Amino acid sequence: MKKKTFNIIIVGTGGQGQITLLQILAEAALFEGYDLKTSELHGLSQRGGSVEVHIRFGLPPKYGAGVYSPLVPKGKGDLILALEIQEAMKEFYYANEKTIFLVNDYFLPVFGAEFSREKALKSLKKLKSKLILIEASKFCQEKLGKEVLAGVYLISLASFKKLIPLKPETILKAIKKIIPEKYLELNIKAFNLAKS
Amino acid sequence: MEEILLNKPGKKIILLGNEAIVRGALESGVNFVSTYPGTPASEIGNVLFKIQNSKFKIQNLYFEFSTNEKVALEAAAGASFSGLRSLVAMKNFGLNVAADSLIPLCYTGVEGGMVIFVADDPSCWSSAQSEQDSRAYSYLAHIPTLEPSDAQECKDFTKLAFEISEKFKLPVMIRTTTRASHQRSIVSLGKILKKKRIGFLKKDPQRFSTMPPRVFGMKKELLEKIKKIREFSERAKINKTLNLKPKTLNLKLGIITSGISYSYVMEAQKELNLNLPTLKLGLFYPLAKEKIKNFIKNLKKVLVVEELDPYLEKEIERLAKEANPKLQIFGKNLIPEVGELKPEIVTFAVAKLTNKKYKSSIFNFKFPIPKRFPRLCPGCPYWLVVSAVKKAVEQKKVIFGGEIGCYMLFRYPPIEMQDYLSAMGSSVGIAHGIKKMTGQKIISFVGDSSFFHAGIPALINTVFNKSNPLIIILDNRTTAMTGHQPHPGAPAVPNGIKIEDIVKAIGVKNLKVIDPINQEEFIKTVKEFLENNEVSVIIARRPCIFVAKK
Repeated sequence: MKKKTFNIIIVGTGGQGQITLLQILAEAALFEGYDLKTSELHGLSQRGGSVEVHIRFGLPPKYGAGVYSPLVPKGKGDLILALEIQEAMKEFYYANEKTIFLVNDYFLPVFGAEFSREKALKSLKKLKSKLILIEASKFCQEKLGKEVLAGVYLISLASFKKLIPLKPETILKAIKKIIPEKYLELNIKAFNLAKS
Repeated sequence: MEEILLNKPGKKIILLGNEAIVRGALESGVNFVSTYPGTPASEIGNVLFKIQNSKFKIQNLYFEFSTNEKVALEAAAGASFSGLRSLVAMKNFGLNVAADSLIPLCYTGVEGGMVIFVADDPSCWSSAQSEQDSRAYSYLAHIPTLEPSDAQECKDFTKLAFEISEKFKLPVMIRTTTRASHQRSIVSLGKILKKKRIGFLKKDPQRFSTMPPRVFGMKKELLEKIKKIREFSERAKINKTLNLKPKTLNLKLGIITSGISYSYVMEAQKELNLNLPTLKLGLFYPLAKEKIKNFIKNLKKVLVVEELDPYLEKEIERLAKEANPKLQIFGKNLIPEVGELKPEIVTFAVAKLTNKKYKSSIFNFKFPIPKRFPRLCPGCPYWLVVSAVKKAVEQKKVIFGGEIGCYMLFRYPPIEMQDYLSAMGSSVGIAHGIKKMTGQKIISFVGDSSFFHAGIPALINTVFNKSNPLIIILDNRTTAMTGHQPHPGAPAVPNGIKIEDIVKAIGVKNLKVIDPINQEEFIKTVKEFLENNEVSVIIARRPCIFVAKK
């Protein structure tokens, strides 16, 4: 078990499934015996705008630790998972030199703004943090016919690549618990794609 | 099966703060729950609506979405008068709507335990009109108030609130903020109580009728109850002290906090490797004054950490005059009064008082990032209304009244049709005043759920007092913004109430129900109705894409 509290931020636009991903990670953390806190927003804040959710897990209070704040403190992000390139740029607030940016190479133009994928990438690369760019939406569309699976694919990948201290088998167990039966098979496929 | 219904005491599951409130009510054997949806309180209703419409329906539990928060509170009060346990849930502004009935309710008191759940929204994440700190009502109404800080406490405090309420025959308020309500954390389950009870109201006007002169007697009794609850508060475990060891008292600095702020206080101490004496107040009202005096009497400095308004700080200033006049009190001089708290804000304040170094971030550069405004969903029927109105009028020459619902997004580009926005129902109320005193043309938007909630009296006023705004009722057949809850006119409700029947009954002569897909008719009607000398109403009826899907 990891001693230090591990902080993850998942960011994207409304409808990319951030809250589901949060639930999966939270269940996986509970399976592994961690204490945890998450934070999310509903309602007005979800309507097509940016949606940013936080999860923190660490040793439970009985080991003299405990996770208190549901919000990741400024500059304390361990992993920033961005489901869209421009959204990643909004998360520098939580980054430090050791933060890993796992970014879906997917560009959703902002209404009325002149901004390109290339320009966004250029800014992202100025960061001293580690940047991992993956074409997850494109890949999931090609392999599974659904872009929205990018999120599950990326958290699974993060687990296989040990970017998060949660085991792939607990992630899979959590997927099975959280995802409704109707969509479960597709999500398991997305998990398996991350393995290979 | 829904995990929230698991009857396995001791089992640990993850719950959202609001779900934990529901679980706490179920473990208290609640018989009656009412609510009007509003973020960040909506999940209370959503969870129960889902359960009560499923095969897991709980017998002996009645649930309803009421027309507005005032009615919801009154209905729950009726159940409690009849000896049953009731819960009513609302967001901050809902309490303003319900306040008229809340205050006399504390005078009469209740028979069965009654819990009023209120969720505030610092930083206005899902609230348009203000950042109110609803704890002001604790003083105004003399209502005992509990502030949980995580999901476990949401559940435990709800159970305790029912106990306090039933013991002292007074409604009890639970007040959270967004980060407590929309936090997921681990909850240890208790036993679900299924109480078989049929209510019965024992006739007793002395008790439930506030007519003077009896009302003065009631006030005395209310203050007497508060005095007793204060005595209870002095001993209550939910007001807890931490780190009261000689070693930790060295610095002579202590922290007093409540609700979600407690989690930031603990985070700050972890970050700075400190164990300062800390007093966490679970009961905000009535305050455990002796406990606080005892806590501060040997300190040199105290930091009061609370979100929004400095209620605790003011109380502590007063108590320090008696207990420790030299005490230096820090609060809103280090902790902002605007916006929600964050762990780094509290850490910075604690670091400053302890002369510790705290650097929160390495990256201070900012890139110009295009702002993603929240927008109406692609395919939303409101786009059709916007498009028709834009074609019908010269936007600069018309005043547009806004309201609470998805259509508050009319404020943002590319729509930009909103000249004022305030409480639910106010779009029509304000339009009447403008129309009476100016010659300007006005289109006032009001949603279907908002119309039922607070729009009807305002429409009656325009007819009674004769003004002529054009009111467009955006009827998307649901309460969309808060998560598609039904309302009295929604198709999900059998024999629902027709909005046009109400509008006609009020005496509005210029009325048309139009599906905005018929753009030409819509444009023509807007143009025509804007010229009328009497109030006009268009009901723009087309279901929300999420309702249409079902």
